[in-house]
Amino acid sequence: MSVIYILLAISIIVAVSFFIAFIIAVKKGQYDDSYTPSVRMLFEDELVKDNSKKTILTKKD
Amino acid sequence: MTFVAGINEQKIMGNNTCFHCGLDATSSTITFDDKSFCCNGCKTVYEIFSVNDLTCYYDLQQAPGATPKDIEGKYNFLDNAKIVEQLLEFNNDTTQIVTLYIPHIHCSSCIWILENLNKLNPAISTSIVNFGKKNVRVSFNSESLTLKNLVALLSSIGYEPFISLDDYSIGKKHVDRSLIYKLGIAGFAFGNVMFLSFPEYFQVDGFWIEKYKPLFRWLMFFFSLPVVFYSAQDYFISAFKGLRSKILNIDVPIALGVLVLFVRSSAEIIFDAGSGFFDSLTGLIFFLLLGKFFQQKTYTFLSFERDYKSYFPIGITKITTEGTEESVQVYDIEKGDRLLIRNEELIPVDCILIKGTARIDYSFVTGESKTVSKQSGDKLFAGGKQLEGSIEVDVLKSVEQSYLTQLWSNDVFKKDKELSFTNITNSISKRFTIVILLIALIATTFWLLTDSSKALNVFTSVLIIACPCAIALSAPFTFGNILRILGKKKCYLKNASVIEQLAKINTIIFDKTGTITANKETSINYEGSELSLDEETLLKSTLRGSNHPLSRSLYSILNKHDILTLDTYEEFLGKGIEAKYKGHNIKIGSAPFVGHTTETTTLNTAVHISTNNKYKGKFTFYNTYRKGISQLFNTLKKEYDLVILSGDNAGEKDNLTKLLPTKTKLLFNQKPEDKLEYIKYHQNEGANVLMIGDGLNDAGALAQSNVGIAISENVNVFSPACDAILDASKFNQLFNYIKISKSAIKIIKWSFLLSFIYNSIGLYFAVTGQLEPVVAAILMPLSSISIVAFTTIATNILGKKLN
Repeated sequence: MSVIYILLAISIIVAVSFFIAFIIAVKKGQYDDSYTPSVRMLFEDELVKDNSKKTILTKKD
Repeated sequence: MTFVAGINEQKIMGNNTCFHCGLDATSSTITFDDKSFCCNGCKTVYEIFSVNDLTCYYDLQQAPGATPKDIEGKYNFLDNAKIVEQLLEFNNDTTQIVTLYIPHIHCSSCIWILENLNKLNPAISTSIVNFGKKNVRVSFNSESLTLKNLVALLSSIGYEPFISLDDYSIGKKHVDRSLIYKLGIAGFAFGNVMFLSFPEYFQVDGFWIEKYKPLFRWLMFFFSLPVVFYSAQDYFISAFKGLRSKILNIDVPIALGVLVLFVRSSAEIIFDAGSGFFDSLTGLIFFLLLGKFFQQKTYTFLSFERDYKSYFPIGITKITTEGTEESVQVYDIEKGDRLLIRNEELIPVDCILIKGTARIDYSFVTGESKTVSKQSGDKLFAGGKQLEGSIEVDVLKSVEQSYLTQLWSNDVFKKDKELSFTNITNSISKRFTIVILLIALIATTFWLLTDSSKALNVFTSVLIIACPCAIALSAPFTFGNILRILGKKKCYLKNASVIEQLAKINTIIFDKTGTITANKETSINYEGSELSLDEETLLKSTLRGSNHPLSRSLYSILNKHDILTLDTYEEFLGKGIEAKYKGHNIKIGSAPFVGHTTETTTLNTAVHISTNNKYKGKFTFYNTYRKGISQLFNTLKKEYDLVILSGDNAGEKDNLTKLLPTKTKLLFNQKPEDKLEYIKYHQNEGANVLMIGDGLNDAGALAQSNVGIAISENVNVFSPACDAILDASKFNQLFNYIKISKSAIKIIKWSFLLSFIYNSIGLYFAVTGQLEPVVAAILMPLSSISIVAFTTIATNILGKKLN
């Protein structure tokens, strides 16, 4: 039955580590701006397309 | 914000709009890469981007750019090391970090281009945009790029930063994240305690639970420690402060409840008498903090605390006695200094014009968008913006002592409005706390006489169950939701207490210029002898050449004519324009300039015309009132006293009396201090005043009033310190917004009733001495969640009605 001690210990360690991760995230300012990252994450695709699209855009007749 | 949806849209470029900024480009012939541009500035930006492989900028959003402005000399103050040092957030040998506010940030293209600044200049290592705050944080190598050059680079691509006196100590700003920490800790502990309480909820008797009970209980105890001593500390502090000033605020019963919960629970587990109420304790604090967090809706892109500092420049050019130019900090300006004010620069101090012709835009100060011309020797007031060439001025007063800035030394700006009134929750908490203490005492005395072993149990149970969690939650959730609803309707409130204050209003005071009149539109009337077709053509052709705002407005209303090439054309600053075409002569301008001496007394702005030295007539400019103003006033007059306090002359008096209900009081020629005093006087008579204004001259009145609303044509630009910012387009909705705040108070009262029902049920268990932890653990979240649900649904219904 003493397996419960191990389980409890593990559960608390997991919980506490997530909690620490949360504190670090707040401290780093991840919660300061809740809008810009949602736009920024869409840019990666645009950058990949950049090369192919550029040729169309800057095409000279 | 829907602009992301536009990313994959097919680009449909009309031939007549500028590819860069979207402005009309019909009359321009500038094309590059098959794209038309409205001006060379826009074309240059496009060239910069295409050379640097940054044309993706135009894929994200159609015509996202702004025309770069000429900033020659404007940022010379960034040569001053002392000023630069103050602006930098971080500065070591090679790396400098600065956060710049850029008003033009408005779409995803802006984020993209600003985060790719390193492609334009390799000295920039990273740049991160905060869209909500409209700022960009740039790290750059200070050996190859100076702050001044960085600002110039940003300006050259149309993203000119706005650096004001407010930024002067930017590096020292502290971000307060304690509420998020507290909420995180409470939520973390709440979840874990809940999970550890489960075995005991189900009352599984026997060996297993007996063996592990102490371990579970002590774990719960340790989880609750940071919640009580860190997360809940604000409640204890506030309760203590309240008691010290003899006020029973809502935090008194909360703090009492938390304290009793913790002490009783700890005692129970120490003496092995029960499992304690740690689940209810942590849950209670978690929900309370959640309410606080929800209510804390902030509009990061707006500022409600602005004073003159937010738009005054940091540095200004001083002309030394040797005749050389030198950048000085605005606070260092002394009486007698000679300053150089460039085009588009703001005058930071009261001064006398010495050299050059000034055309000053006082719209920041008065809300009046028409410019004023001044000749040398005239006095200029701080806050005006020079619009035409450079001028030299002699300083009369230092920054703090100038006419406009002096207003801020008034005590009213030091007062915190939120503290000076009892909010609805606290006013109910006073009676509530007394009643609860009475019930607790009566029940305890009763049990002392019948079964004294239960007396202490009953006493603590009453205090635990009566902890006014639901009451404390109704206001934050209702107000929080109303704040969001109004925010969507372009009425941005500073905080929740504004809603309560708004509901109590009985007097509404309006400023005139810029508030009930629209800034952008004026109506123009012509009086005098009719102009012939030739004369009208000549007039139009002459006006075409002038950049004066009055000429521009007049030009835009005249019928289309063939544009003539004038033989001579001369503009006399501050007087008017004279032009000749085939022997015909035309003079446009002030009455004396056109030779009209028999000036009839008129208080309105007028442009006079004479042709061939014969006076023809005048165009009078009237203010245009905002749409729906008459209707709004007629709805408002039934419930409120209406007053118009105007800083202008009485020229519009007749118009206003026609337009507005007869009961409306009209006062003209009011100085900023007069407005403040007027409100103060009426408040002493018992009025609750709502002040609606727009310019800096209303700042005192806005601060003195119970609720000060600033009307703004563009919420991003500038508005004085106030309690709410209302978009000008929603001005006619004012009555509905006041109505919604009244309904919000009703909703709160209903939810108080609801929470009293829960409290009575709980009190039944408590008084009869049968309060089990599981009952508390069910009742507490149930009441909280149902209150939150009730207020959210009710406020959303209100929001729907607003449409």
